[in-house]
Amino acid sequence: MTTDPGYSSRVAMPPRTRTAVGGAREVTEAMLSTGDRKKRVRGLILYSLLLLGLATALVSIAAMITWAIIAGWPRLSLELFTNVPSVVTPEKAGYRTAILGTLYVIGGVILLIVPLGVGAAVYLEEFANPRNPFNRFVDLNIQNLAGVPSIVFGILGLAFIVRGPLSLGFVAAAGSLTLALLVLPTVILASREAIRAVPSSIRDGSLALGATVWQTVSRQVLPAAFPGVLTGVILAVARAIGEAAPLLLVGAVTFVTFDPQFFEGGYSTLPTMIYSYAKRPQEELQVLAAAGVVIMLVLLILINSVAIYLRNRFERTW
Amino acid sequence: MGTDMTGDTVTTEEEANTTPSLGVSEALGDERILQTLGANTFELRGVNVYYGDMLAVRDVSLNIPHNEITAFIGPSGCGKSTLLRSLNRMNDLIPTARVTGDVLYHGVDMYGPKIDPVQVRTVIGMVFQKPNPFPKSIYDNIAFGPRILGMKGDLDEIVESSLHRAALWDEVKDRLKDNAFGMSGGQQQRLCIARAIAVQPDVILMDEPCSALDPVSTGKVEDLMHELKEEYTIVIVTHNMQQAARVSDLTAFFTVAAMDESSSRTGVLVEIDETRSIFSNPKDERTANYVTGKFG
Repeated sequence: MTTDPGYSSRVAMPPRTRTAVGGAREVTEAMLSTGDRKKRVRGLILYSLLLLGLATALVSIAAMITWAIIAGWPRLSLELFTNVPSVVTPEKAGYRTAILGTLYVIGGVILLIVPLGVGAAVYLEEFANPRNPFNRFVDLNIQNLAGVPSIVFGILGLAFIVRGPLSLGFVAAAGSLTLALLVLPTVILASREAIRAVPSSIRDGSLALGATVWQTVSRQVLPAAFPGVLTGVILAVARAIGEAAPLLLVGAVTFVTFDPQFFEGGYSTLPTMIYSYAKRPQEELQVLAAAGVVIMLVLLILINSVAIYLRNRFERTW
Repeated sequence: MGTDMTGDTVTTEEEANTTPSLGVSEALGDERILQTLGANTFELRGVNVYYGDMLAVRDVSLNIPHNEITAFIGPSGCGKSTLLRSLNRMNDLIPTARVTGDVLYHGVDMYGPKIDPVQVRTVIGMVFQKPNPFPKSIYDNIAFGPRILGMKGDLDEIVESSLHRAALWDEVKDRLKDNAFGMSGGQQQRLCIARAIAVQPDVILMDEPCSALDPVSTGKVEDLMHELKEEYTIVIVTHNMQQAARVSDLTAFFTVAAMDESSSRTGVLVEIDETRSIFSNPKDERTANYVTGKFG
């Protein structure tokens, strides 16, 4: 490489730094280095506050699980699932009827919220004119409904479903209806979100082929929004499973020792059964309540994991 | 746009053979089509397009001949895409959009009371600016149109021939079940063209089909257009004047003009002529300025 002596002098580092250049470097360094000590401390404080918040949440969850496992340990066995509730022989009592009751109630909830929630979301996103004042009113109220305390839905269920117009009585179907009303806003909001995330170019592409709006919604938009809708439904179900307050008002408080039916007779659910056991004085029943809490927590963690798995598995970036 | 008698006769027969399965005849009446075939696919007379109170395109009158490629060129905001979307009633999807004047398709008023916009779109297909494959397999992307329209015939055959005609078959024949999102942008756009062909339309509208593509993919799409014009009438909106010069038989130049009575700016048609004339010997000074790059 003997050609062009000017080349190496342009590329290689200059042999020594001249004073002016050195001064410029100091100024630049001072400008770019972390100068303000106060700012740094303030940043650290904020950071530790954030960590503290996270730690509080994690520690309380861990404490709750640990307490439930320790307190319920003597009774943690498969018998919990097969034995019927009893206060006379607490050492043999289980959750059989409550677990069946929960399955019935939640089965009903799913049957109700999927068509109603998805239907409402499709209407609001694809058909309703957002400028129409009525639709805006509906829109606002769905968001408000999602924040209404669950006990209010319990009172509503008691007045309109157990008694009043429907008069179903204190049956599992009444519990399903009440819980469905409670979680319906969650399903609608999640489904709307999922539908809105489907880009309009997909709709245009479908319509430009001569598809009707309905064909476009049912064959393109809904399949594309399916993972989001499913996640919303699962989260809603997880919430419904854990609810006790509204069910106390619509009959799930009965101490049933027989397998429940959907439209007839008393029923109980896991959370209300735990409540029934926990409020009694016998030591054995307290243990049983803690064991019930473990079942519930495991169930909820499982359901939420499925939701998270599905969301990650099918999540699409457009 | 000279009319060649022999060429037209051949086209008419082809058209008569292919139409029954897709329903142009039901929608618009066989006789009418046969009478006018070989002349103009579209005749626009005094067409205005509004968005709410705003006039977007003013008083456009032009003819779009059968089995030719007509390009719409002009600066941004001149309403060329708006006009294109009014040719297959895609503008109906915008609640405030309104079209006045006559849009005649083979002599039939496309905005007449008996016309179903959904039927219109089965006959007049569209390819969009950004490739928009459905989030499904390559096969299902093509098969979607024939399925929803209940087209008779072997679906596998329709898919294969559509991909062949879109010059995509050799690239994708081994991965028809793969998701279309895994294709390159250029392949996706050709898939969208294949998808439009699969429902056997009469016209294909293309709204800046190459603006998101690299030059190689653009070249492929342009070659494809040359082949497709044997069977289809093509209208293309483009920002790329070289593209218009390369692919089109006719070019319509639009521009933005301030209206006298208000300050709002509206798209107007300046002139439409054979592409050669537009680029070498434009009649209007504004066209000359635009095609030579002097337009501000």
